[in-house]
Amino acid sequence: MTITFAREEIQQTIKMIHEENLDIRTITMGISLLDCVAEDINSLERKIYDKVTKKASHLVTVGEQISSRYGIPIINKRVSVTPIAIAAAHLSSEGMVRIAKALDRAAKTLGINFIGGFSALVQKGFTEGDLALIDAIPQALSETNFVCSSVNIGTTKAGINMDAVKRMGEVILNCAQKTSAQDGIGAAKLVVFCNAPEDNPFMAGAFHGVGEPDCVINVGVSGPGVVAKVVKEFPDADFGELSNLIKQTAFKITRMGELIGRAASKALQVPFGIVDLSLAPTPAIGDSVAEILENMGLERCGTHGTTAALAMLNDAVKKGGAMASSHVGGLSGAFIPVSEDAGMVKAVEVGALDLDKLEAMTCVCSVGLDMIAVPGDVSSETISAIIADEAAIGMINKKTTAVRIIPAIGKKAGERVEFGGLLGGAPVMNVHPFSSKTFINRGGRIPAPITSLSN
Amino acid sequence: MTMIREESGRAIITVIGRDQIGIIAWVATKLAEYNVNILDISQTILKEFFTMIMVVDLKSATLELVELANSLEQEGLTKGLQVKVQHEDIFTYMHRI
Repeated sequence: MTITFAREEIQQTIKMIHEENLDIRTITMGISLLDCVAEDINSLERKIYDKVTKKASHLVTVGEQISSRYGIPIINKRVSVTPIAIAAAHLSSEGMVRIAKALDRAAKTLGINFIGGFSALVQKGFTEGDLALIDAIPQALSETNFVCSSVNIGTTKAGINMDAVKRMGEVILNCAQKTSAQDGIGAAKLVVFCNAPEDNPFMAGAFHGVGEPDCVINVGVSGPGVVAKVVKEFPDADFGELSNLIKQTAFKITRMGELIGRAASKALQVPFGIVDLSLAPTPAIGDSVAEILENMGLERCGTHGTTAALAMLNDAVKKGGAMASSHVGGLSGAFIPVSEDAGMVKAVEVGALDLDKLEAMTCVCSVGLDMIAVPGDVSSETISAIIADEAAIGMINKKTTAVRIIPAIGKKAGERVEFGGLLGGAPVMNVHPFSSKTFINRGGRIPAPITSLSN
Repeated sequence: MTMIREESGRAIITVIGRDQIGIIAWVATKLAEYNVNILDISQTILKEFFTMIMVVDLKSATLELVELANSLEQEGLTKGLQVKVQHEDIFTYMHRI
């Protein structure tokens, strides 16, 4: 046995892990609840709790074992389930809250940090179950700790359900009001999607799609710090070279995800689904997507040129990552959450980055307006209009877009909200003062777009 | 409990720091204590800077990789040495297509 790696290769890997925050962001086990369906709510609750706790019983231990064995941090172990509006379609909204609490108990038993799938897919219209679930979201999220919720309100093939958009504006506001003592954290656990992926391992938007197998392991990698470092090391590289450097780095990051995903799949005897090759920032210094963009030569993230920089970054990450894994899926792209990224927070604080620029940036990256605090006196119609804009970008560009926005109850633009942990904290950002009420109140559906004549 | 099957039981240990007498002896003694077998060593001095890369076999080790890593890292710090231990598969996955 001889050393088959170059000294530089070994040192590069060690630096990535120990100095540049390379880690596995999440191992998420997707679990189908379709076989738990039961008329009686007591047995439905029991069946869901039993299936989740049985299937994922070893998830945390195996995650820790793999982390120890490879010496790679695995930050989160999570579970996603079949959208509850499908698995429990016959329940009333009180019943939906009970199911959320059953999921919360299961998450607590397992020792995972989030369980996603308190979800509904309503792009074309509502079932009774969808309506009951959506009504239950504010109470469910305020009375549970681990449950995450998502609602898909549009797709490129179906158009945008504007009745759902209107309703979700009210639900988000209500979530924030119900959890105002914790700076509206309820709204931070709720994502409104257009073109939601069915195999996303990242929270709060993870759910286990109906086309998925009974149980599956999906892995989300991270590594903005590693990319930021590479970009910084080559200040004179032109965009072709820079793109190549990012591709090579993304390849290496994604290989980690592939290795860990395969190991977890084997140890848990559950099929390996996908690696989500997103660049997911954390509030930690040096783990920021904004920093990558600034290292490309922008004085502050949000200034002119930011959209181009992000487009290039996002594309290079996908190109590098796609070759590194047998199956890539989920959201796969650069995330630009504000509160979870120290560089984004700084950019907002100095006035370089506003909501409009963030919206423009979401046209060229994954995922959408994410972890943005807005003034607490915002109207539900304004939130709905923000959702509609974001969904339109996703629908027209055939990509996933999402809105996770937190009305900061009792706070004005410039004040701060704090969620703690991976969710971080953020300054409250301005929204436009002009009303969108009449527009939102029209209701109905925005038709699916034509896909030829593509200008 | 599902046990994880090892793909390879090998790890790579790197030691970086100011050159001093007895670095290899120290690492080798620690490894022998934990029943870790040394497979290969490569070592150079660059401007009084000591760097060593070692391939070891953990198959019959009496402790987990992460425990070995913590033990060497902490004791290394007291000697002014940066010691890291990573599983070999990490390097294979990252640097070999």
